[in-house]
Amino acid sequence: MSGATLLLVGLGLALAGWLAARARAWSLKSASPKGQMRALPSYHGWYVALWIAIPVMLFIGVWSVVAPNLVMQSVLAHPAAAQLPEFGMQRETILAEARGVATGASQTVFNRGAADLVEPFREAIARYRLIGVAGTLAIGLLFGGLAFLRVRPDFAARTKVERIIMGMLLLASLVAILTTLGIFLSLVFETVRFFGMVSPIDFLLGLHWGPDPMANAANPDPSRYGAIPLFWGTIYIGAIIAMIVAIPLGLMSAIYLTQYADPRWRSWLKPILEILAGVPTVVYGYFAALTVAPAIRDAAMAIGIQNASSESALAAGLVMGVMIIPFVSSMADDSIAAVPQAMRDGSLAMGATTNETIRRVLVPAALPGIVAGVMLAISRAIGETMIVVMAAGAAANLTANPLETMTTVTYQIVAMLTGEGSFDHPATLSAFALGFVLFLVTLGLNFFALRVVKRFREAYE
Amino acid sequence: MSEHVAPTRTSAYEARLRQRYAAEKRFKLLGLSAVIFSVAVLLVLLVTMTLNGIGGFQRTELAVKVDFRQAALSLDPNIKAGPQKIRALETQGLPAVIEFYGNRSLGAEGYAELNSDAWRNAASQIIADPSLLDKEAVLWLPASDDLANAYGGDGHLDLKPLARQLADQGKLEDRLDLGFLARSDATDPQQVGIWGALKGSILTMIVTLLLAFPVGVLSALYLEEYAPKNRWTDVIEVSINNLAAVPSIIFGLLGLAVFLGLFPNMRSAPLIGGLTLALMTMPVIVIAGRNAIKAVPPSIRDGALAIGASPVQVVFHHVLPLALPGILTGTIIGMARALGETAPLLMIGMRAFVATPPDGFTDPATVLPVQIFLWSDEIDRGFVERTSAAIIVLLLFLLVMNGLAIYLRNRFEKKW
Repeated sequence: MSGATLLLVGLGLALAGWLAARARAWSLKSASPKGQMRALPSYHGWYVALWIAIPVMLFIGVWSVVAPNLVMQSVLAHPAAAQLPEFGMQRETILAEARGVATGASQTVFNRGAADLVEPFREAIARYRLIGVAGTLAIGLLFGGLAFLRVRPDFAARTKVERIIMGMLLLASLVAILTTLGIFLSLVFETVRFFGMVSPIDFLLGLHWGPDPMANAANPDPSRYGAIPLFWGTIYIGAIIAMIVAIPLGLMSAIYLTQYADPRWRSWLKPILEILAGVPTVVYGYFAALTVAPAIRDAAMAIGIQNASSESALAAGLVMGVMIIPFVSSMADDSIAAVPQAMRDGSLAMGATTNETIRRVLVPAALPGIVAGVMLAISRAIGETMIVVMAAGAAANLTANPLETMTTVTYQIVAMLTGEGSFDHPATLSAFALGFVLFLVTLGLNFFALRVVKRFREAYE
Repeated sequence: MSEHVAPTRTSAYEARLRQRYAAEKRFKLLGLSAVIFSVAVLLVLLVTMTLNGIGGFQRTELAVKVDFRQAALSLDPNIKAGPQKIRALETQGLPAVIEFYGNRSLGAEGYAELNSDAWRNAASQIIADPSLLDKEAVLWLPASDDLANAYGGDGHLDLKPLARQLADQGKLEDRLDLGFLARSDATDPQQVGIWGALKGSILTMIVTLLLAFPVGVLSALYLEEYAPKNRWTDVIEVSINNLAAVPSIIFGLLGLAVFLGLFPNMRSAPLIGGLTLALMTMPVIVIAGRNAIKAVPPSIRDGALAIGASPVQVVFHHVLPLALPGILTGTIIGMARALGETAPLLMIGMRAFVATPPDGFTDPATVLPVQIFLWSDEIDRGFVERTSAAIIVLLLFLLVMNGLAIYLRNRFEKKW
């Protein structure tokens, strides 16, 4: 909690600076001959407060990363740390236990040797906490003092404050770029490491998936890292089974709701359909595993299919399709609504029935929007994780039988990264390579969908 | 009749017309059935979860008649903290007392059928009502998991007669268990609760909100109000739109590689979970915020500029307050999505067994959806009901949040 304490100290300083500067500006204002200042007193307050808060926040941000390392170093420099095992789990456990007792998170230690380290930990933590508070105070007072000295009647505090605010706005909008860059770099970095161990050709074209996290990391068997069955499972569940459910249901729902339904019903049914997209995916996964998958297995048994699995691609795909319905229907809804009324009226005036109008006029005119909606739905379905983790199974099968278990890219990412494997093992790193492929494919679909809408949307009027 | 009204119509024309009208009817019916099917699936989902989950708010309990006057226990009123009171009762021999009376009122092996932590339960009942110590009382204590399963209809065959016998004597029944909302994870479905996970969720959501809301709003303001039309702005816009389309599990990979790299000691801490979810929620808030800001008419900006406000004052004094309800609606929807998110949190290690509720943002914690996922893996029948009950709680939270968003939208929707 030391970070929170520092934050409170910093905010307290900023508040004090705000009050002090505002009071000073008021007194200057009443003292000046015409009672005029170049900025309102509260802007002087904000000027000082920002000059305290921003450097302090930066310091706290850096300090909360640096301080634990400094604590660790000073503990390791202590004579008692000399008996620690060189590396590995044992060393980590002992250090974690000693730290736990020192911070009060746990009561006692289990491992021999940890008890000796408690005191050094406690000392180091106390020392660096003190340094942290002192640093926060020093920086706050220094910058606050410098800013406070500038509070004068002819000081244009407002323009300065506004410049700082504009800088903050710009920084906030850069977070998106930083995040994208962070995703890209972390994926690329780990993927390159993975491809250093397993060749991309084996990965992208191999037909057998079965990484062994226990195998020797230095010399992986590339024939176990063929990701084609995963890609096939992902496409089969997300882009084939789910879309067979979602496209007709979504499209027909949208058509019914826009063209046939009474407005009163529509105002109820549309939000109800949207609830389908708001249900957490873990709930869908549970529903698929608990209710849908056994029902499918029983049905398959009843019509005489032996060895039907209780985890099947069909169960995962069906439930995922239901989840996707609102995506397809709301995109279709929007693009059908965007077709001018005159085209509909014209068709009806020629004597076409409503469904002929819809099928021959409205849907073709709205097609770019519908296609884009379907692409976004696919990109959503292939990135979906919990449903497949809970209902699709772990075995990588290259088959077209929907009753078999099948595994997907997202399932394998979860499986590889929630095990006990170390970060230097190709099995663990393969998850990042899979993530990278998933990232590129979903971005590609998204990009393509936007292009389709831009390129082919008819401009009426 | 038609040959009289429209003599020009041939019979082939009539047939075709009938066919077209039939097709029309079929098409309409098809659309209706698509809607009905979707609604029906939603209903089946909700009904299954509710039926399964109602049992989760109950647990199987045994009646144990305890004569506390004989037991000579006392409760020191000077002890304030609950855990210390429990420890005080333990050292005075409460477990032995419960074992003795358990055997007496439930038969020779009766105590074995009580949950191993039954005495803790008795202790908290005593703490809640110390006057129990002066009289003979009937305590309802949780049964063992095996007996609960036998009572519930499956499980060990050899326990079924005992369960039936005890139930016939009125000593075994399913009773409402509000403690489910107040306890944390455990290995035994009779002892689990969701408070730990719920508290983890709340802490995580606080971090997410504190990070995503300011950054999202500021960046929406910048893009909508000040950004020059140039290549940089395009790059920012494209990356925000792309982030909204990136699968959530990829954010988990980012959290794993970057945040856990920076803070290796904070595996499964709400701080890291909140950071990861904030990056995911921020684009949602930016997109909703931009739409809300766009809806504020230019005349308001012009009016404020005309009387001498600076561009920053225009935005913060006039545009932002008017756009705030719309921004809040988008924020609530984004937060609701983050609340239900599981996959990215699995990536950053929030899947550990956490038996105590977290006390701060850096304590190990789990969140409600992850708790549901962890319980769904348990084979024990008792966990099925508990999982569904936790799902009900999660869905109720989402319902409240979405209801709030709809209310805000209707309440503050303005037409200029």
